[in-house]
Amino acid sequence: MSEANPRRAGATATDEFSARQQEVDEARASEEGQEGRPYELRAATQGIFGELRADKAGLLAAIFLTIVLVGAVFAPWLAPQGPVEGNPSTASIDPIWAGGTWAHVLGTDAQGYDVLSRLMYGARTTLLIGFAVVLIAGLFGVTLGLIAGYRGGRTDRWLMRWVDVQVAFPGLLIALIMIAVLGPSKTSLIFVLSFNGWMVYARMTRGVVLAAKERPYVEAAEMVGCRPRRVMFVHILPNLTSSLVTLAVLEFARIILAEATLSFLGLGLQFPEVSLGVMANGGRDSFFSLPRLAIIPGVVITLIVLAVNFLASWLRVVFDPQEREKRFAAGATTAATTVEGAAT
Amino acid sequence: MGRYLSQRLGQGIVVILGVTTLVFVVTRMIGDPVNFILPLSASEEQRAALRGDLGFDRSILSQFGSFLRDAVRLDFGNSTYFRNEDALDVVMRFLPKTLQLAAAGMVMALLLSVPLGAIAALRPGGLLDKFLVTLSLIGLATPQFFLGQVILLLTSVKFNLVQFGDGPWTHLIFPALTLALPAIGRLTMVTRSAMIDELNSQYVKAARAKGVAARRIVGVHALRNAAIPFVTLFGWEVIRALAGYTLVVEAVFDWPGLGDLAILAIRERDFFLIQTIVFIVAIMVVLINIAIDVAYKIVDPRVKL
Repeated sequence: MSEANPRRAGATATDEFSARQQEVDEARASEEGQEGRPYELRAATQGIFGELRADKAGLLAAIFLTIVLVGAVFAPWLAPQGPVEGNPSTASIDPIWAGGTWAHVLGTDAQGYDVLSRLMYGARTTLLIGFAVVLIAGLFGVTLGLIAGYRGGRTDRWLMRWVDVQVAFPGLLIALIMIAVLGPSKTSLIFVLSFNGWMVYARMTRGVVLAAKERPYVEAAEMVGCRPRRVMFVHILPNLTSSLVTLAVLEFARIILAEATLSFLGLGLQFPEVSLGVMANGGRDSFFSLPRLAIIPGVVITLIVLAVNFLASWLRVVFDPQEREKRFAAGATTAATTVEGAAT
Repeated sequence: MGRYLSQRLGQGIVVILGVTTLVFVVTRMIGDPVNFILPLSASEEQRAALRGDLGFDRSILSQFGSFLRDAVRLDFGNSTYFRNEDALDVVMRFLPKTLQLAAAGMVMALLLSVPLGAIAALRPGGLLDKFLVTLSLIGLATPQFFLGQVILLLTSVKFNLVQFGDGPWTHLIFPALTLALPAIGRLTMVTRSAMIDELNSQYVKAARAKGVAARRIVGVHALRNAAIPFVTLFGWEVIRALAGYTLVVEAVFDWPGLGDLAILAIRERDFFLIQTIVFIVAIMVVLINIAIDVAYKIVDPRVKL
């Protein structure tokens, strides 16, 4: 906080840059005044949903994701038709905004399948793959990271060397080759994406463990005779929750993009399976005559990824008081904090 | 420095060995490649003969041994799809196109993201900052293939600029832009947050107090320090572009590069070609990783190699 106001009101602006800085300071001060109380207090007094209400982008993202999730999970009951239900007589019907009917709100594709229904079933598959990969890669990575950080020494060196080697792999290329070998199915997609994605968790966990290991409470736990496993999982692991949740959410977004990319290249899931990436791939065939078949899944993927990113930045603020203060101090928008995670 | 480099080279060799071993083992799990090479009508004797020719009838270990021996001499065997042409020659024919694409894209990313991030950091929370942050977020949330498709649709259909496949250098613009856009989104955000930190630091305050021109503070002092996180991420972007994203961009724009070749090789089960591609890409990745560390040293003299 004290860092945030390099120039107090009253200092004269000597150049363009500091004049702007002063404007920012003033704007910040007035904002603080209007709200009645500092921003970071809101979460403390109104709970995590109070924070969400304060964060408009986060709120919109949460609403959108809830709709997507409901549509995806309950697709078999909510979808107007099956994912591969239809025939050439219903092919290429225009969507409702281009003179179509309510029977096919988003129109139908070249095979006569209802686009909205496919979207719901597709999101179901894509989200399922995302959840499974985050779970598997997360469990594996966190466990290895815990062991490496806690054991140290030779174990640590070898495990981290393994991580280094795998991080240096050309990821997408290896994924394509592995999927070609294992055969295009949900299971092999989940396996390959987990294989390519566990290293982030291991690295982060190891870093947190190394920092936590020096703390007196860990020493105390060892002193009273806790087994290594208990120290790792009961005493050290809780330190990880906040960063781990944010990382998992950002990884979820990355997995969705990865699944879409693999399927787009034609090496992901195959007919009659449908995922958002499969739909994007289907859009390639009639790209110039029916561009909406590529645009609709593309937009949906983008919106989901964007919403997940906003949600991650909200979670980060909720879980991490330091982050909350930093955000307030920097006067940054909600989005700014998400990217460091997304970029790694 | 010398010790450091030899250490990194050793690590690089481990990476290259790891990747090639993995790919070797994995590709040997695909069904019989002979079935992809010969027509269905081929007799069992013909199949067996070809299998013997290509060495597929030997044990995996002995195949791997001879593969490594030949790889050291840069002999990766012949491509089965390209009518027995040397696999390395085929890769080298396609490689320049990908290098062009990646270089153009990464130069675009570098030239755009640094000024954009710095401008956004000048007034955090301002209108321009919000605009740039939103744009960056959309850029990095959009699947790359979709970005490419939208660009393709706009340029070729709406403005009738047909820029598809290989051609004069103007054909490079839109694929390179597609490759660059998500990187620009990520790098702009990184530059921005690093610059916000630097501009709030003590040394910037000191420089301002003694009356250093704003342009010099931002352009020389802050930018140089903000370059440290930037270098790492930029290196990552180059690696990811070369080892992954070019595949997507080349598929969308029909750009005849290494990515296109890789997909073809995977579809056609061309083992020798796949191995060569992975080997070459792994070498590039290792070299870029070393380049990142050297760039660190240049940007920040405190770093000891």
